[in-house]
Parts: sequence; C-alpha cells; structure tokens
Amino acid sequence: MNNSFLLDGEDVPFIPGQTVMQAAAAAGKYIPHLCWHPDFTAHGSCKLCTVKIGGRFATACTTRAAAGQEVDNRTEELTAKRRTLLQLLFVEGNHFCPSCEKSGNCVLQATAYEMGMLSPHFDHFYPDRAVDASHPDVLLDFNRCIMCELCVRASREVDGKDVFALSGRGAKSHLIVNSETGRLADTDFAVTDRAAEVCPVGVILKKRVGFAVPIGQRDYDEKPISEKAVGKVADGVKEAG
Amino acid sequence: MSTATDDAAVGTTPRKLKVATVSLAGCFGCHMSFLDIDERILPLLELVEFDRSPITDIKHCGPCDIGLIEGGVCNAENVHVLREFRANCKVLIALGACAVNGGLPAQRNHLELADILQQVYRTGHGLADGSQIPNDPELPLPLNQVHPVHEVVRIDYFLPGCPPSGDAIWAFLTQLIEGREPALGHGLLHYD
Repeated sequence: MNNSFLLDGEDVPFIPGQTVMQAAAAAGKYIPHLCWHPDFTAHGSCKLCTVKIGGRFATACTTRAAAGQEVDNRTEELTAKRRTLLQLLFVEGNHFCPSCEKSGNCVLQATAYEMGMLSPHFDHFYPDRAVDASHPDVLLDFNRCIMCELCVRASREVDGKDVFALSGRGAKSHLIVNSETGRLADTDFAVTDRAAEVCPVGVILKKRVGFAVPIGQRDYDEKPISEKAVGKVADGVKEAG
Repeated sequence: MSTATDDAAVGTTPRKLKVATVSLAGCFGCHMSFLDIDERILPLLELVEFDRSPITDIKHCGPCDIGLIEGGVCNAENVHVLREFRANCKVLIALGACAVNGGLPAQRNHLELADILQQVYRTGHGLADGSQIPNDPELPLPLNQVHPVHEVVRIDYFLPGCPPSGDAIWAFLTQLIEGREPALGHGLLHYD
C-alpha cells in the first residue's frame, strides 16, 4: 500500500513517522491550528486541529499518518466546533483587538476570521491580568495568553533557558515567568531568543516596533491564514526535513 | 383601512423596511462608518426608512424590521433602550466591537466601579476643589460591568469591527435586505 491518505478526498503523501498535520502541511494543505508549530514538539492542547479520521475525532498534530486513512478537515461540522473552541478562548482572556499591536499578525484573530467567528457567543470572563513591562526590550501582556506553550517550548528546547511555564490548574492555569520576582527583567531572557518571536498572539511583544508595519498591511490583511499559513508552514517542514 | 403590507400584497410599491439605530455605550464611530457608505445611502433610502436613529432624532423605537445596536451596555438606561429595540425589531444586529464584546468601555470591567468613580471625580488629577461624584437623579446609574448586548437580549446577527467599514456595513445590510444570509468575506471581517 502506498504511503498516502485522503484529506477531504484529496490524496496526501506522507513519510512514515509523520503526523497527519506534518504531512498535510508539507503538501500545502491547511489544517487550522494554534499550538502546533513545525519547529517544535507537538502539544495537542488547543484542539483546533481536530479532524475526523475514519469518523472519529483526533488531533491532527499528534496522530500519525497511516496509509488509507480518510481524514475530514474543512467540513461544516468541524468548522462549527473550531469556532466554539475559539469563542471559548476569546471570552476566557481579554482579547481587545482594537488596542492590540499584534492585530493583523495574530494567529488567533486570523483563525477566527477563517472560521467565520462573528461573536463571542459566551459570557466574557474579563479576567484581571497584569502586564509586565519590566524587561528593557520586551513587553508581556498576559491578557491575551491562550496557553499554547509555544514560548515555553521555544525557551526550553531552543534557547535552553526555561524562562516560561504554565502554572495552576484548570480555569486557574496561567503563564508565569521563571524568576524569584516573577518579572521578566529578572531572567536571562533576551530579545534575540526564539521565545521572543514565537508567540502567536499579542503576549510577547518586542518594544518600539509595534506599529512599524501599519494596520492594513499586515500578514493576514493580505491573505487569509488558510492561504498564508500553508506556504509558511510547508517551507518550515521542508527546511526541517 | 389600507396598510403598507396590503399595498405590497396587491403589487404596488413594496413597503420600505423600517430601520432603527442607536448608540448605547459606544462612540458613534459605527454610525460614522455607516455614513461612510456615502452616496449609497440614496439607493438604501429607496429600500428603507429610518425610525429611531440619530438621523431622525425620533426618541423611541416603534415597530421595525431591522435594529442596529452600536455600543455595549454600561448603564441602566442602556438596558431599557436595548429591551425596547428587542421588543420592536424583528431582526436585531450588534454593530461593531463594543456591541459584540463590550469593546473599549469594557476595559474597566476588571476594576471596581466605586474605585473608578472615586478616582475620576474625587482623587484624580486636575479636579476642581470639592469635586463630587455626580448624583443627579436624571443620570442613569452605571452598571458594575459593561456587557456585550447579547448578554442582555437575544441578538440575531453580529457585525464586528472597530468600526466595521462602510463597505462591510453596506455588504451586510444589502445581503440582509435581499433576503440572503449575510456573509463577510476576507477583508470585510475585522475585529479591529
């Protein structure tokens, strides 16, 4: 049997050991995701990449591709479920796009556009979360954290610094900074770290460059994420391979 | 007695749809954006007539086909007005970021209302001597938190954006008036 599976009825080749997500990305097919990144260990926590494999729900980023799989991805049913997951993320934090300098480059926002999210549907939590402006080069705005742990993984796996971690459980989970004071300035975090540029939302922001690219000329202003991410991710996978 | 509906039924000029608009805890930016449809307001006026709206200065919303709500709900009067719109409008639309998710006014939601009033009117900078928290009985009482409109009444459609562009409002309204399910494609759907 040849090494390929069906993604929404289209043949997608894979190399044994690849996940459904990796194979789809390498083939230029977009599976919505927030916590997955081609350069890091799969996390499987955001559930946005949930697909149906042989009629059963599975996260594409943690399920190995297998010959003959029939994978549903961009169906109305899955779009509705992904939209609900996004709405839960939006009401859980303080995602006030009009004041966020990440707007237009934000993966959460662009994915919500892609899924046609028009309202938060649920009641907002409006949590009280602080910002940390202590570091000379980087601002942390915890209001927007979706706990994808990309910064945790980048700091641990690439930078070797373990600057970030998640703390608390359930609804009390939150991102913390690994220093006595809890302040970023009191870590060895540097603006050149991989963790400084991996945040998909507007938590880890480099100072003094916020509006260097004006609103309207940003990543997802040009093309929707389904077209934009595919190129980016496919390149990443090829480079990694 | 002949009604507008009867006229439509016998094939004369179709009845114009009645549209009401209001800004609750908003900045009127969405209304300004509505006016950004520019000269397209003329063909729109062939299809609709305005009931309560800043355009007409009518004070209360009568029976309407479409209600456009700008802004969230920040005080007791907002609640009354929003309920009046819901009771009178067949289709109610949350127009813009503040109506959809509370927006800028909701940025006070993680603070205590009493502390905010105290700081703004009593202990803040640049206040006149003896400055007091306003207590005129005609002032609507502020709510502890600012709410998106869907937390108070049922909303039929949401049109996000701060503000939604004139093109987005035009596309949305024309699709709705034509009896289609409104859909905003790439470039028209924005949260900022």
